[in-house]
Amino acid sequence: MKKLQTNPEKCTGCGICENVCAKTWHKDESKEKSAIRIKAKETGGYDIAVCDQCGDCRAMCSMMSLMTDKKTGVVRLDKKTCVGCLICVAECLRGYMFYHDELSVPFKCIACGICVKSCPSGAISIIE
Amino acid sequence: MEFVEKVPNDYRHHIAERSEIIELRAKHKTLATYKYNPTIIDKGYNHRSLYISVGGTFDTYDQAMLVTRHEGESGVIIGEKAVTEFMKEKFVGGKGFDLYHLWNSVNANTKWNAPENNVVISPGPLCGITQYPGAGKSIVCAISPLTGLPFDSNVGGFFGPFFKFAGFDTLELQGIADEEVIIFIDGNNHMVTVETAPDIALDSHILCEQLHEMFSDSAEDKQNISVVASGRAAEHSYVGCLNFSFWDKRRNCVRIKQAGRGGMGTVFRHKNIKAVVVRFRGLHGGLNNPVNKGMINAAGIRLHNEMALYDTKQNNMRKIGTANIIEVMDRYDLLPTHNYRYGAHPETPKIASKVFIEKYVTQNVPDGCWYGCSMSCAKAADNFELRTGAYKGSKVCVDGPEYENAGGLGSNVGCFDPHWILEANFYCDTYGIDTISHGTMTAFAQECYQRGLINLDDTEGLDMRWGNGFTLNELMHQMVAGDGFGVIVGKGVRQQKRIFAERFGKPSAEFERMLSGRAWQSLEEPTIGKAIPTAHFNKHLIDCEFLKSEGYDDEKVLGDIKGTMLENGGANNDSAFIAQPKRWEKIEAIPMISRDEIPDWPTGKPYYSTDPDCAYTNGRPWIKMTPEQVAEMEDFGMENKGLEYSEYLMKESLAQQGGYALCNKGPQHDEAWLIFMDMVNNQIPTFEDKAEALHYFPMFRTWFGLLGLCKLPWNDVTPINNKYEKEPAKIPEHVQNYFDIYEGVTGIKHDEASMVLQSERVYTFQRIFILRMGSGQRKHDIPPGRSLGPITVSEYLSREERYDKQLKDIIGVNPEGKTPEEKMKITMDYRWDQFRQLVDAVYKRRGWTPNGIPKLEKLIEIEMDIPCLVDVIRPHLKAEGYWPSGVDYEKYDA
Repeated sequence: MKKLQTNPEKCTGCGICENVCAKTWHKDESKEKSAIRIKAKETGGYDIAVCDQCGDCRAMCSMMSLMTDKKTGVVRLDKKTCVGCLICVAECLRGYMFYHDELSVPFKCIACGICVKSCPSGAISIIE
Repeated sequence: MEFVEKVPNDYRHHIAERSEIIELRAKHKTLATYKYNPTIIDKGYNHRSLYISVGGTFDTYDQAMLVTRHEGESGVIIGEKAVTEFMKEKFVGGKGFDLYHLWNSVNANTKWNAPENNVVISPGPLCGITQYPGAGKSIVCAISPLTGLPFDSNVGGFFGPFFKFAGFDTLELQGIADEEVIIFIDGNNHMVTVETAPDIALDSHILCEQLHEMFSDSAEDKQNISVVASGRAAEHSYVGCLNFSFWDKRRNCVRIKQAGRGGMGTVFRHKNIKAVVVRFRGLHGGLNNPVNKGMINAAGIRLHNEMALYDTKQNNMRKIGTANIIEVMDRYDLLPTHNYRYGAHPETPKIASKVFIEKYVTQNVPDGCWYGCSMSCAKAADNFELRTGAYKGSKVCVDGPEYENAGGLGSNVGCFDPHWILEANFYCDTYGIDTISHGTMTAFAQECYQRGLINLDDTEGLDMRWGNGFTLNELMHQMVAGDGFGVIVGKGVRQQKRIFAERFGKPSAEFERMLSGRAWQSLEEPTIGKAIPTAHFNKHLIDCEFLKSEGYDDEKVLGDIKGTMLENGGANNDSAFIAQPKRWEKIEAIPMISRDEIPDWPTGKPYYSTDPDCAYTNGRPWIKMTPEQVAEMEDFGMENKGLEYSEYLMKESLAQQGGYALCNKGPQHDEAWLIFMDMVNNQIPTFEDKAEALHYFPMFRTWFGLLGLCKLPWNDVTPINNKYEKEPAKIPEHVQNYFDIYEGVTGIKHDEASMVLQSERVYTFQRIFILRMGSGQRKHDIPPGRSLGPITVSEYLSREERYDKQLKDIIGVNPEGKTPEEKMKITMDYRWDQFRQLVDAVYKRRGWTPNGIPKLEKLIEIEMDIPCLVDVIRPHLKAEGYWPSGVDYEKYDA
């Protein structure tokens, strides 16, 4: 299964990955449109919230818009059929499915790897 | 939740190949085609409605309001009306718009089968949003065949949202077509057609499959279609339901949700309409053009989160839907059993939710009846094999069981077999019958049978004892055929009472002989608490292959029936019926419907009794029963205003007794369900508290119908901190969600006061509408005795400890040394008095007179002092001495 592997110990919290992700997919650098989120922990260090392709979000999608790509194992959202009900956002109990009021459908990481290339500290990588 | 991509099934063997379906359409003759202009929804409203008359001539004010009008062949008229600011202010939408159009369609004498009766369907202004659970509802209104009054029924499925996105706020269906028609609304090409449909099916599960096939271009396109249809039994009964379809992608089959109550399907079929089809492609979450999508999203996510986290701990709606409460109701003595005699039964574990979860209902499939419903309660049993009827042997998808089906088709008729419940559930839906009414009216006939008020001759051989699942289904097959005892049962409890009184009432000689003089009533009690013998099948069903496969033959089945009857002879527990003279007065108030209104009357028996021995005629020589027998039926016939009670036992909750009997449309719990608040948690102890609850909750719940929402996501799963709220029963956090989504869509800030005002306007309007149609006074709000408490000794004795304690602690009477009959009489006299005081308090709170008439001052307060409404209440207010004499009111004085 292809997915984004995180290594939070190496994360410096620079947020470049968030900007790159949002810009790539939504032509907007706003971090609220990024499918990867960096959050400072109270105890120091950072959490990296990003989809691990577990597929739990698929079960409650009545349009079957969320399906696992058979070749790569990545869970993808079909924007053409999605009606924007946002159930999947709540179904992902770890909070890896995101939405934005300006967008008609939710979004998630599809392990494209663009953020990996931009990360200066090597805190994220793609594994197959 | 585990991911299930496809639910395996082979349902589509019911219908022909696609090419044949297309050929079927080719036979249709178009009667009218109407092209309309596209529109953009503005803050939840299209600001126009669609009017269709399918034929016939009639007087109606309704047509005068048409803005455009197109006349087709065979008298078909299609047109549009404007939705005005006046309508939005006073009626909001949904049920409000329905009742407004219905008011303009009918006159005070309009009967359900008149051509001007109007089946009005409206999604509300919030209907169709995809981000908040339960926002896909349509509300259907028409003059009901059961009550003769305006009725409203709330239903899921995709029709409402698709119809709204096709460009209209309301659909009106008036007239009566010369031949069978279907109506097709093409929401993308902006076209409405009315066409003849001679060959397509009538039963919903097949008809909907055919129409989803017929009007789609591809397999994916079926998702964009929704059908409104009924079924064959709706044609021969008063309890016809309407089915609203949606395409279930994972099951690859059509699903149906029901506007069940009030006989809306009967009216629909009487108009010769087979179906209304809508197609809309291009659904997305912003089609209502909301003012503030962020508010809707945030509210939606909040509730989605609660569903994901708490449902399994609180209710299990995702696993089994409303049926999760079967065993809960049993535990609290609230599960109606044997025609509402009892609230629990030892065999309930056989139909507990666990049984349906484990054996029947498909798990781990999203089952919302509209997008965005994370509650997902629209459960279904897949690959269910039918044992009886036209589809015997077929494997089908049963939409259910919902709680009401398990209560009505299960415990209330004494049937503790999950298979029969699901089979009856399926046939109710596809034949177009309301499951709740079917349960309650069957239970009534069963009790009449077991008390000896009617007999095996009267039922034409149907064994009507508790627990006969075969009979439960056979009654429906007879309704489809339009022949047999099922046709009488299908007229509902109120008509059954009349028909039984007029035609039946004497045990047959054959059974007198068979029972060797033993009392008829004795048949009933011994079955309670015992397993029902498996051989309770009907003598004219014996040719059924299923029975043969079980090793039954004619001789054996009849022998078993006789044997059981003899075994059960013995104590005569029900002989102590207490005649209540005051109840007899109520019989006189039952509107006697003329024979002409029952065109499909089964032949073979004289309608009027020519029996010279018929002594108790009470001025009506055709009544065969004694006044005592008629009063007896009045006491246990569980209807009010003509509608059958829904499936909760209300005996120990005074507030719920009022919730049922004071409900505008008849005893349905969608106005108020106060049993736990009242009986379990004791949160509303005084009459004033109960009256306040019977004001707020009906208003709050009316609001769902105005906006196009579902009630279930409001309180079936609750926020984790809800119990710490000041008024936890209101679920304040969820009420705030509703204010948010209302503001999100319309841009208008909303609070409790403005919400109650919106509802109060429509609620009061409906009460006056009912008054206009000849009901709506205090005497029409009187419930049957059984809804208040024990009316037979066996009921009293079954809960003797409780009732004795109440006698002592509450009524202040020492039960010792008194017979059960005496104790029961004291209990019931007390409860009738309590009910009277409750009604006084509720009427007062609602701003009505002691006779239940809304006061003029109330209309002025809620700005509904519209002359046509004042015209209706004025004679009643004057007669009662409540017409104000001040100069301000001169404008209303004729």
